[in-house]
Amino acid sequence: MRRYVIKRLAQAVGVLWAAYTVSFLVLDFLPGDPVTAMAGAGMDSGQVDPAQLTALRHEYGFDKPVLVQYADYLGKAVRGDFGDSVSTGRPVSSTLADALPQTLQLTGAALLLAVFLGGGLAVLATYTSRRWLRQLLLSLPPLGVSVPTFWVGLLLVESFSFRLHWFAAFGNDGLRGLILPAVTLAVPTGAQVAQVLAKSLLTALDQAYVETARAKGAGRWRIHLRHALRNASLPALTVVGLLVGQLIAGSVVVETVFSRDGLGRVTAAAVTAQDIPLVQGVVVFGALIFVVTNLVVDLVYPLLDPRIVVAPGRKAVAV
Amino acid sequence: MSRDLVDDTAADAALGFARPVEPGSDPGPAHRVDVRRILRFLVRRPGLLLSVLLVVLVVLASFWPGLFTSRDPLTGVPSQNFRGPSGAHWFGTDELGRDVFSRVVHGAQLSLKATLIAVAVAFVVGSLIGLVAGFVGRWVDDVLMRFVDVLLSIPALFLSLALVTALGYGTVKVAVAVGIASVASFARVTRAEVLRVRQAVFVEASRACGTRWYAVLGRHVLPNAAGPVIVLATLDFGSAILAVSALSFLGYGAPPPAPEWGTLISDGRNYLANAWWLTALPGLAIAATVLATNRIARALDGEWSRQR
Repeated sequence: MRRYVIKRLAQAVGVLWAAYTVSFLVLDFLPGDPVTAMAGAGMDSGQVDPAQLTALRHEYGFDKPVLVQYADYLGKAVRGDFGDSVSTGRPVSSTLADALPQTLQLTGAALLLAVFLGGGLAVLATYTSRRWLRQLLLSLPPLGVSVPTFWVGLLLVESFSFRLHWFAAFGNDGLRGLILPAVTLAVPTGAQVAQVLAKSLLTALDQAYVETARAKGAGRWRIHLRHALRNASLPALTVVGLLVGQLIAGSVVVETVFSRDGLGRVTAAAVTAQDIPLVQGVVVFGALIFVVTNLVVDLVYPLLDPRIVVAPGRKAVAV
Repeated sequence: MSRDLVDDTAADAALGFARPVEPGSDPGPAHRVDVRRILRFLVRRPGLLLSVLLVVLVVLASFWPGLFTSRDPLTGVPSQNFRGPSGAHWFGTDELGRDVFSRVVHGAQLSLKATLIAVAVAFVVGSLIGLVAGFVGRWVDDVLMRFVDVLLSIPALFLSLALVTALGYGTVKVAVAVGIASVASFARVTRAEVLRVRQAVFVEASRACGTRWYAVLGRHVLPNAAGPVIVLATLDFGSAILAVSALSFLGYGAPPPAPEWGTLISDGRNYLANAWWLTALPGLAIAATVLATNRIARALDGEWSRQR
């Protein structure tokens, strides 16, 4: 087990390093000159003082060779220093840290909703013997993955805030302000969880152990939850791990729709201002969240399914 | 129809092992088109028929918007602003009195163009990576697939946003950004398929006969690996529409007067309290199109060949 954990940790660090490199390549290279973009951002005319440009270049180290720049930046990034935001001048790391709690609240709530509603839907759809109910329930997930998130959010605001006056339309106040954005963010994720879980539940219900349990006289509900769901939840767990990154990224759209403060708004503003260090910080942070959740999922896996033996040199990842 | 059955068993036998995918999901290279079978297949599935019709309409709208509306999407009649949906204005009018239906129809052009570019970028770059990785193997495979893993670890929207930051705004740039963000899944699927086909006995046989590698690739590997990749492309079409419209909703798409679908909704957002149709109906167009392409993808993915 220890070797397995260490190996997975090393892989995670490797992926993070590579993600940083990719974001460095994309952001600091692709357009040619980030300094002109930085200096030009927020100015109406494209005219920038050449002396100012040179000063900026020196300040950000762009006058050094590429590899030296990369090594400098990487060295700082390892210590959690992603430089200063170009538009606000504050350090990227503290900007992200300030915005994070709001977004974690939102994505956490959305994740809970997605897992419980999506999972509940899948369980109910596979349990019910009424054909119309099953058809109805199973038609919802394809719908959920097809609707644009921002549209769902605006429709919810329209109906629940402007017509029914149940919730505030905008802002971050407390639980009441959290419900609509969390529901919005949960729709595509919940739909995907439901799709995967329903499929693996149907497979599990066909297995021999279900037949055995039935022969021993176990009730339908018990078979469904204790036997089938437990086995079927493993693929769903993998999917949830993959979806967490998507939830964090989804906060960009949802927080814009609901005018909530948080990581998503910071990201949107950073892209608009072409704030390269900040965008880079966000990208690496997204990769970090992804890597950490999948690490957790991989480590939880053997606990849920004792058949997955973590022998040295063997990967326990099942996708 | 029994031909499919024979083909599949033959293919399975040729592969020498149980295929991980559903038997029969491989369309096969040389089936002739059976129009009657297609029609019967469609008629039995009204939802699918409707989806095909809708996609055809959207494609027509994007090439010949004049077929659906004669109104100008950019100039409105200011005295007729904020009219609700009616016989004259199916989707109502906006704050400048412009006909929203006409804007949605004309917007199809921009949005579909962006989507096609996105899917094309993802398809070409992704399958190329997957093809090289799967066909060449060894360290090339390792390097390429580790790169793909990294792309997968960055959430797609963040990757697109980073690319938009680097490239700048505009429909085409947004499309390229969305396309690159979904390169990874194409690479994975293509590689898996190429590996599967490459191990087949007929590939080994043609190699043993001294066929050149490019002929093996072109005649045997590509046609047999294409099926699942094409299904993925159809599926990716829907998610590309969503991603492109999300980016244009955030304001990174075409500049203001252009009626891109996402932009229409973000414009309508300011009038949410008094004109629901400005957001609801363009959004409905997006949702319906995505739903339709997803339904078609599902039909291509197995349903078609499972039906006998």
